[in-house]
Amino acid sequence: MHSVLATLAGYFATLSLFAIGGANAAIPDMQRFIVDVMHWMTAKQFTDSYAIAQMSPGPNVIIVALIGYHVAGLAGAAVATASMVGPSCVLAFVVSRVWERFRQARWRIAVQNGLVPLSLGLISASAFVIARTTDHNIAAAAVTAVTAVVAYMTRLNPLWLFAAGGIAGFAGLV
Amino acid sequence: MESHTLRARMHRQHPHWWRGDRLANARCMSDSISSASGTERSAPVRPGLGELFVSFVKVALSGFGGALPWARRMIVERKKWMTAQEFNEAFALSQFLPGPNVVNFSVVFGARFGGAAGAAAAFFGLMLPPLCIVVVLAALYARYGDLAALGRILSGVTCAAVGLLIAVVAKMALPLFAKRLDWAPLIAIVAFIGVAILRWPLPYVFLGLAPVSIALAWMRS
Repeated sequence: MHSVLATLAGYFATLSLFAIGGANAAIPDMQRFIVDVMHWMTAKQFTDSYAIAQMSPGPNVIIVALIGYHVAGLAGAAVATASMVGPSCVLAFVVSRVWERFRQARWRIAVQNGLVPLSLGLISASAFVIARTTDHNIAAAAVTAVTAVVAYMTRLNPLWLFAAGGIAGFAGLV
Repeated sequence: MESHTLRARMHRQHPHWWRGDRLANARCMSDSISSASGTERSAPVRPGLGELFVSFVKVALSGFGGALPWARRMIVERKKWMTAQEFNEAFALSQFLPGPNVVNFSVVFGARFGGAAGAAAAFFGLMLPPLCIVVVLAALYARYGDLAALGRILSGVTCAAVGLLIAVVAKMALPLFAKRLDWAPLIAIVAFIGVAILRWPLPYVFLGLAPVSIALAWMRS
């Protein structure tokens, strides 16, 4: 049990410092490690966790609590969450103290511009990795496509889109 | 008095605040006038620790599908703790740091108003309630996750969630192309292939691509 918690802590603490673009950018690597490497969850359990985290209020990063709970109960949820947000929060605190000094610095603008395409690639990878587990037929792909268009064109509360997807799922369409 | 300390603080933290944002400037002026005449429509006040905590609890609980719009509404529109420009700058910093953006933002925001204690108050306000809720959901899933109907519903929700992600990607990609950062799509595609197709660990992909991408951004700047 201790080694499981230690593995969770070490993995998420590392991931925390590379997740440029937030939780969504880290999804493919979490899936790789939790499902493919450690076999702690099936691909379906992983995408279910993603769906539950999306439907829950609060930051999407809360998916790590679901993963931690699945792997090692309450202690796992606490360790995974603390490890995933701890290092990046300490970094955010330290950087926020010196940020103003570098507001106009050329390197700062370069870093900022350089990281955007990287996080764009990572978030696209998340969509791809999750879709590969879940979008198996035309109806499922249609739900995804319609949601994408509606979410892009309107500012509809995502809960309605999740509800529509859930109903389609319950009806056995996807 | 309040507005004097506020000005001193703003001078320390944003040396150029007075020429950066006319609206904030005008507001500070009118506030100093009104507080001088004793009216109780005071300057953007410094939130206390309790207020920081409670405000971020509210953001956390209303923020379905990302807490950012709610944080903005509370901080800029309702409480007027920051101007829109200050908010954007603080949020840009949160985005450029690793880790969840909104969580970073709670730390950056809390630290600005209350140092380490403020950062902790905002952070725990944002994280604790969702954590409690999600632990209950995790327990329910552990018990009922095998039910076929629940599995089907979650599959449907996941399909919709993927759609949302695609919309996020599209919204992020547009300004990149508009800015003519011609190397940017290439970096995005390589990152995608490395992580999604070749399934390389994220730290390797990051350490390999970030220096290249930053160097290209540097040369074009």
